[in-house]
Amino acid sequence: MRALVWHGKEDIRCDEVDDPEIEDPRDAIIRVTSCAICGSDLHLFHNLIPAMKPGDIMGHETMGEVVEVGSGVNGKLKKGDRIVVPFTIFCGECEQCRRGNFSVCETTNRKKHLAEKVFGHATGGLFGYSHLTGGYSGGQAEYLRVPYADTTHIKVPDGLSDEQVLFLSDIFPTGWQAAVQCDIQPTDTVAIWGCGPVGQMTIRSAVLLGAKQVVAIDCVPERLAMAQAGGAVTIDFEDESVIERLNELTGGKGPEKCIDATGMESHVSPSQPDTLLDRAKQMLLLENDRPHVLREMIYVCRPAGVISVPGVYSGLIDKLPMGIAMNKGLTFRMGQTHVNRWTDDLLRRIEEGQIDPSFVITHTVGLEDGPEMYKVFRDKQDSCIKVVLKP
Amino acid sequence: MNLIANMMRSKGDPKIRRSGPSSLSASDRMARNLGWFSIALGLTEMVAGRGIARALGMPDKEALIRGYGLREISSGMLCLSIDKKAGLLSRIAGDGLDVALLYQGLDRHNPKRDNVALALAMVVGIGVLDVAATKLALAQHGRDPGPPRDYSNRSGFPGGVKAARGRARETFRTPADMRENPVVA
Repeated sequence: MRALVWHGKEDIRCDEVDDPEIEDPRDAIIRVTSCAICGSDLHLFHNLIPAMKPGDIMGHETMGEVVEVGSGVNGKLKKGDRIVVPFTIFCGECEQCRRGNFSVCETTNRKKHLAEKVFGHATGGLFGYSHLTGGYSGGQAEYLRVPYADTTHIKVPDGLSDEQVLFLSDIFPTGWQAAVQCDIQPTDTVAIWGCGPVGQMTIRSAVLLGAKQVVAIDCVPERLAMAQAGGAVTIDFEDESVIERLNELTGGKGPEKCIDATGMESHVSPSQPDTLLDRAKQMLLLENDRPHVLREMIYVCRPAGVISVPGVYSGLIDKLPMGIAMNKGLTFRMGQTHVNRWTDDLLRRIEEGQIDPSFVITHTVGLEDGPEMYKVFRDKQDSCIKVVLKP
Repeated sequence: MNLIANMMRSKGDPKIRRSGPSSLSASDRMARNLGWFSIALGLTEMVAGRGIARALGMPDKEALIRGYGLREISSGMLCLSIDKKAGLLSRIAGDGLDVALLYQGLDRHNPKRDNVALALAMVVGIGVLDVAATKLALAQHGRDPGPPRDYSNRSGFPGGVKAARGRARETFRTPADMRENPVVA
């Protein structure tokens, strides 16, 4: 089969690889009908997430048709079913899964020894990601083996297109969880840093959850325009001070809820001098991530407010003002998304027409164009916000 | 390389049979090669600063040459990073500094001025390569010059933003583990 394969920093290729096979009774194989490139795939593209190996298949936003099921799937899936594959692989049986914390499933990370050394404890398995999270083959391919397939799936009802449901695999529940863990109240101002695909979904989620005011922060014009279309007040940080504007919009009190939909690769700009220093430290391996957004959120967030972090961080960060966070009594909530905790509810909202996540798709291409699209997405060329691949 | 990659695969993981074209463009490869060249040259300048200064008939410039070595290594690291445009631009600036230094050595009283002329020719040659690589990188990695596409009609809410605002509050309750402190008075 063909698949997008990681060969090293900025080196993705559309290779011919072996077809996947059933390895465990709980496995299923799907023929991929749609998959997408995620912002966090760019962290892998830039080799900023540790423990990737040449030959790893990329992709964790995938859906398709079941073509083979293992004997242990117990009738939960059958050939011909259309499913979306959540990016977090979960067993549904361990203590964490029973609590709904699917992304930290205690069972599915097949490289626990590695994760325990780096993270202290193993977290759940993820598709198409680092070997710290199991090193499972990803779904930017013609076929995908889905481990723990009896639980790790979202069945797609008839009548919904791939484009409407594909993002249940990651960015829609990720944006939703980011907003939900803020416990948004009708009096709240929610500030969201980053108007990429996760930021866009977070904006829509905050609007659906009834925030008084949603403020979106970025510097890319088309992303700000899309954020505004979704009901957000926008701030272009290249044109104005984020802190001054947020204080102005909140009567000087600061937003109650701040969401970091940017993560480890904050935009490097002379208008944000700390990002220049962070970038230099990153190159000298003195720091893994550029935490500009975290610093700004801690500074501007209203005392006793909530900081929610769906953006991906990989390791060590520097100059984080914990003194401010402690004195202001801020609450931090973060983590990989517990996808299936939210998807029944979100699927219903799509079916009811409350939201159509396909609004974010700007480019649809064949799998063979994937390597080129990584660069187009990274460089934000051709107003690219979200790429869908059709194997 | 695929052979090594396949040897590192976990049991059951697909192995590469045939590789397709890489996402690395010609400008990326050129930047990488210039980056490694820069690091090699920088290390040479730092380690053999005295010998280079003597060969150029400028023994008083030893410390400066070692400093330039450090600069070359920094430029090389930038070229190898994802900020390759900054790396290439810093190489062009460095070429200018090299030319300025070597120009001083063309003095007719310098017995080693032939060596200086040769070094100058090499710097100019590499400089041309740096400029070409930078132009290519700027063209390939920059945003399009025209206006962005119009996404102002992409609300994502089939019923409109107004109808969507607060819609989820009718049926959704924040789970207990994600609630904030209630108002106490």
